[in-house]
Amino acid sequence: MDYNKRIDGRDFDELRPMEAKAGVIKKADGSAYFRMGNTVAYAAVYGPREMFPKFMQDPKKGVLRCNYNMMPFSGAGERVRPGPSRRSKEISAVTDKALAAVVDLSDSPNAVVDVYIELPQTDAGSRCCGINAAAIALADAGIPMKDIVAAVAIGNAGNRLVVDLNYEEEHLPDYVEGLSNKDVADIPVAIVPSTGEISLLQMDGIVDKGTLIKALHKAKDAVVKVNEAQRAALREKFAAHVIDNGDNGEDSEGENGEAYGEN
Amino acid sequence: MMIDQETKKHIKESLAKGVRYDGRKKDEFRDIEIRTGMISTAEGSAHVKCGETEVIAGVKMSVEKPFGDTPNEGILMVGAELLPLSNPKYEGGPPDAVSIEVARVIDRGIRESKSLDNQRLCIKSGEKVWTINVDICPLNDDGNLIDVGSMAAVAAIFDARFPSFDGEKVDYKKKTDEKVPITKVPVAITVLKIGNAFVVDPSEPEEQALDARLTVTTIDDGKLCSLQKGGLGTLSVEDIEKMIDLALVKGAEIRKLIKQE
Repeated sequence: MDYNKRIDGRDFDELRPMEAKAGVIKKADGSAYFRMGNTVAYAAVYGPREMFPKFMQDPKKGVLRCNYNMMPFSGAGERVRPGPSRRSKEISAVTDKALAAVVDLSDSPNAVVDVYIELPQTDAGSRCCGINAAAIALADAGIPMKDIVAAVAIGNAGNRLVVDLNYEEEHLPDYVEGLSNKDVADIPVAIVPSTGEISLLQMDGIVDKGTLIKALHKAKDAVVKVNEAQRAALREKFAAHVIDNGDNGEDSEGENGEAYGEN
Repeated sequence: MMIDQETKKHIKESLAKGVRYDGRKKDEFRDIEIRTGMISTAEGSAHVKCGETEVIAGVKMSVEKPFGDTPNEGILMVGAELLPLSNPKYEGGPPDAVSIEVARVIDRGIRESKSLDNQRLCIKSGEKVWTINVDICPLNDDGNLIDVGSMAAVAAIFDARFPSFDGEKVDYKKKTDEKVPITKVPVAITVLKIGNAFVVDPSEPEEQALDARLTVTTIDDGKLCSLQKGGLGTLSVEDIEKMIDLALVKGAEIRKLIKQE
């Protein structure tokens, strides 16, 4: 059984509508908001600051420490218990690696850069959305980076590759008759856009090798759009600051920022 | 932001002359914006901004077994986690005393207002009752989390609609039109005593310069339903009277804002 028409009517290569903002959390050194369809992520960066506990300090370079967390009311079903779970710890760890690939903390020995990712609402793809927000937040905080990492989930559904799965597509056998669990796979990918290198790769489900390679190429194409949204958010924030010239830039951020950002 | 002794002294001395650290009047709140219903995965939600302090609250409902001593009553629980995302002073890990105090003061304010008809949350005595979980998540903590968190929690409860329940399973995708049986609007107001001055809606620097604080939760008819005194300093009966008067006036103003939403 094939999956011929997407449940929400998108093209197979089409991402959900994205929204990106930089500098949304005033207390943080850098922050961002990223939305992919109904999945929403906030990210805040604190640091470089002194690393505690001390035994985790690295005298040669700073350490990137990511923390992924779903707010208790952000899941599709029952309340998510607050506090770390096995799932959130693992996602934190892979997020860490996805971003550490481009971050250079050699000027900050013994320090830590904390990245806190919070999801108030999810509809699949939350680790990718979190990474997209975190990458903007790191840039907003002025952390030295080679590039802005961008992520997207590719799905395989009945021999059809689909970009940026939502919840229903992640659970396709429940929604499309004739599809079984053996026909679907979920492949989150994070990519360094300028080089095409992959810094996060996970997969749940069954695919053959050829399909996987195709999926990775699809991811490479899809993250171009994600990266554009990330860059636009940063341009918008910093353009506003330049124009305001000394003002803190909060009042006129919208108007001036957009006009400048499109140039 | 942690402030030093000199700044604390400055906050105190200025207040004695009637000038507040950020230029507000002593009984003046920062601008408040309340939005509701923006989180589709929650049964009810609210986003409250008070100056730079920004909080999200969400309601999740489930069907559970009631407590043994109240077999006919549904359960309301309010929790708050001070996310390290919202301020550099919070660290990850299990909730500390500050976090627990914020959650408990808000929880008691709503619970003790007796504004929720717990018996209407009963589905089958001794077996099935609705549990209403309200979780408060600060996005940016710039002071006065108790008051702002409480506003968000109450607004989220008013926004909530029960999901459909067929006697066996809750279907979270189907929301009904049924609202939470809540009649009054409890409002928590925290009044700070700094030197001999009383201020409401403290900013983060003011919170660090306090001598004492009193959180007063009031309900629509002007009665009080919960109190919490904090800080190392003491309060006289006259102090408390003044603080309650402030809380009643400010509480009424904020109640209007919540009802508008």
